[in-house]
Amino acid sequence: MPTNITLQVLRYLPEDGGEPVFQDYEVPLRADWVVLDALNHIKDHIDGTLSYRWSCRMGVCGSCGMMINGTPVLTCAAFLESFAPGPIRVEPLAHFPVVRDLVVEATDFVNKIKDVKPWIVRETEKPLSEGEFRQTPEELADFKQYTMCINCMLCYSACPVYGLEPGFTGPAALALAQRYNLDNRDQGNQERMDLLSNDEGIWSCTMVGECSEACPKGVDPAGAIQRYKLAGAADWWKSLITRKGK
Amino acid sequence: MAYTLHHPKWHRDSKPIFWWVRNWASIAFILRELTSVAVAYFAVLLILVYRALQSGPEAWAALVSMLANPTMIAFHVFALCTLLYHSITWFNLSPKAIVIRLGRWRIPDLLIAGGNYAAWIFISAMIALAYVAS
Repeated sequence: MPTNITLQVLRYLPEDGGEPVFQDYEVPLRADWVVLDALNHIKDHIDGTLSYRWSCRMGVCGSCGMMINGTPVLTCAAFLESFAPGPIRVEPLAHFPVVRDLVVEATDFVNKIKDVKPWIVRETEKPLSEGEFRQTPEELADFKQYTMCINCMLCYSACPVYGLEPGFTGPAALALAQRYNLDNRDQGNQERMDLLSNDEGIWSCTMVGECSEACPKGVDPAGAIQRYKLAGAADWWKSLITRKGK
Repeated sequence: MAYTLHHPKWHRDSKPIFWWVRNWASIAFILRELTSVAVAYFAVLLILVYRALQSGPEAWAALVSMLANPTMIAFHVFALCTLLYHSITWFNLSPKAIVIRLGRWRIPDLLIAGGNYAAWIFISAMIALAYVAS
């Protein structure tokens, strides 16, 4: 068993004005180390100029997503040993602008999340005296998996549609919209449908299915979007029949 | 937003045109998309067959003789294979879109896909029966 493994890390230093280049770092190959541990080792002992994001190092915060050998993963869950003998290629999340080294710009993602109205929309708020909104375990089960999203953006890096058409609302935001649509306390279904039933919304998805493969939390955005399309088509037929039109 | 779009110092990669050759899942996806051409083709062929039937025996005989040569047969066998690939991959994905609940019971994925296959086999058998009976 080798004692070291090489990390090929993509470095982008905007002040140099150049293109990103790979830099090799040799780190100890320890059984209990994940790629994030190796990056922390580089930062602490080899090269303090390396920039990357991380926080919880336990698959909850969603900050440490990167491309490892071309696949979007959380680096806190990617053990070095599973890539032995290496080398391991570490790149910033695909499809996002790179600010520096492994740090990407997430404003587009954040705006898209906000755009789908990810909160409980009510036509009229019921008074406090009427008590809480009731929900059965079955009603909760309908959308619970979509609440597991940690906004790590791996699905956006996995989605070729987002890579080709940056206007696409994208997997996580659409799954989140569906999370509220399927919530029996929510009444914003139509509002969201008007926003998302367009070329940049649900109809951009060609169902590659990579988003669901990439998700570290078992959310199935691809499934959510297909269900949304079905609801969108039903909504269109309904508007045609009732002659409401749009 | 404009700030995000036009920031001069951020590095942006454009997606290469052959991005999909890197892994089998992407190749399978692109094949599924490309094979939709066969679906469109068979729809056009159906219209041609219908038109020939409507125009009388000569038109029908002309169409049959055009389709009967070996090149056309080879082409249609190939087109049928791609059509089958397209249909099967989509039928297998159908449980993703169709979630049906009967009370508390959610119909399992296998039954949803199976229902699609059953309907496909049933309709094909009906057409075959009608053809044999005529």
